[in-house]
Amino acid sequence: MSSERGGTKLEYQFNFAPVFENFDQLLMGALVTIELTFGAIILGTLIAIPCAAGKSAGPRPVRWLVSAYVEAIRNTPFLVQIFFIFFALPRLGLRLDPNTAALTALTINVGAYATEIVRAGIESIQRGQVEAGTALGLSRIQVFRYIILKPAMRTIYPALTSQFIYLMLTSSVVSVISATDLAAAGNTIQSETFAAFEVYLVITLMYFLLSLGFSGLFSSIQRALFNYPLAR
Amino acid sequence: MIRSFGANEFWFIVLAAQWTVALSAVAFTGGALGGLAIALARISQTALLRYPAIGYVRLFQGTPLLMQLFLVFFGFNIFNVSMSPWGAAAIALTLHASAFLGEIWRGCIQAVPGGQFEASWALGLKYYDRMRYVVLPQAAKIAVAPTVGFLVQLIKGTSLASIIGFVELTRAGQIVNNATFAPFTVFGLVAALYFILCWPLSLLARNLEQRFSVATRR
Repeated sequence: MSSERGGTKLEYQFNFAPVFENFDQLLMGALVTIELTFGAIILGTLIAIPCAAGKSAGPRPVRWLVSAYVEAIRNTPFLVQIFFIFFALPRLGLRLDPNTAALTALTINVGAYATEIVRAGIESIQRGQVEAGTALGLSRIQVFRYIILKPAMRTIYPALTSQFIYLMLTSSVVSVISATDLAAAGNTIQSETFAAFEVYLVITLMYFLLSLGFSGLFSSIQRALFNYPLAR
Repeated sequence: MIRSFGANEFWFIVLAAQWTVALSAVAFTGGALGGLAIALARISQTALLRYPAIGYVRLFQGTPLLMQLFLVFFGFNIFNVSMSPWGAAAIALTLHASAFLGEIWRGCIQAVPGGQFEASWALGLKYYDRMRYVVLPQAAKIAVAPTVGFLVQLIKGTSLASIIGFVELTRAGQIVNNATFAPFTVFGLVAALYFILCWPLSLLARNLEQRFSVATRR
């Protein structure tokens, strides 16, 4: 079957059948992508909060170490980071299976970006707030937890969550070390059926739906967590 | 047969960085042209220009760059055209950069005070002159820092072209690693070279941002 369109002969036959025959594989892959994303968000945030606190108020060696971590990660491609973790770390005796290596790389990566964002939030808190908290007899931990972190989180929430959506999209790169995420499921189906364009078209749409889903989820969390009036 | 990592391997990787730079330059230039068009369409009064531009940006910001590369690379088969990895990467990264620069620049244009648009309109300037002499120069000032910041993201993004087989810095690293099995040295060197390309730009972006925030503080 061929059709004439604007002078170009379109002889290619779209064949979506192999994509939908293997749709369960795609769904399994999407599940891994979601798990990797949530895992990296949680672990990355756990790294970012102490790093940000250390970078804005820690002693000089801590500040220097955190800066080195943040700059090294933010100025090199994620692909190279994951190659380093997957191929070079085994030389140190640390052999990770692909999915664990993927989670590790994503966590280290998003931790660095989130550190910068959280630090900007912490530094947006006015000194008077901290002094008022101390004057009220709150401990250092309490001041950090209630006076600094929570309002800071509210300020940076949009920046942080768009970084998380970007993380979900970046996670497609882990398919190169044969992790079992959505993009990797595509690679498998593609190599078996040769319907590369159709496979990746469907997968791209699935990523698009995932990014819509994540952004919907993040805005309902925002409404639930930060639905109180702003103090002036 | 395992080769050892010597001067040849070192220079092979270092020289491959020129392809990373070339691909970044092509994508940035193309992306600047496309981005300007997207930004202008995004703020247009005509819905027929505005909505497609919004859709374009949403689509490219909501899907992975890797999938965009694959779709361009395999998409040419549909028209029975075989596309080199270099061509596919250049096209995909240009489309990608157009969306991101378009969105960044839209924000910068909209940050120009509305009175500037109105005054230039009241003076009887045509659309081209209004944009060329009044709005865009003021928007450009705000745009420099985030644009340099995006350039860093774009340089890192070119590493994905290695996956469709374009031999740039990352692919050169993989090739050498396959021959020498010295992943520590190889990927350490590759990472260092990316760092040398990106870090000065990151510092520049931060510096410009600080200078701008001082200039606009009231």
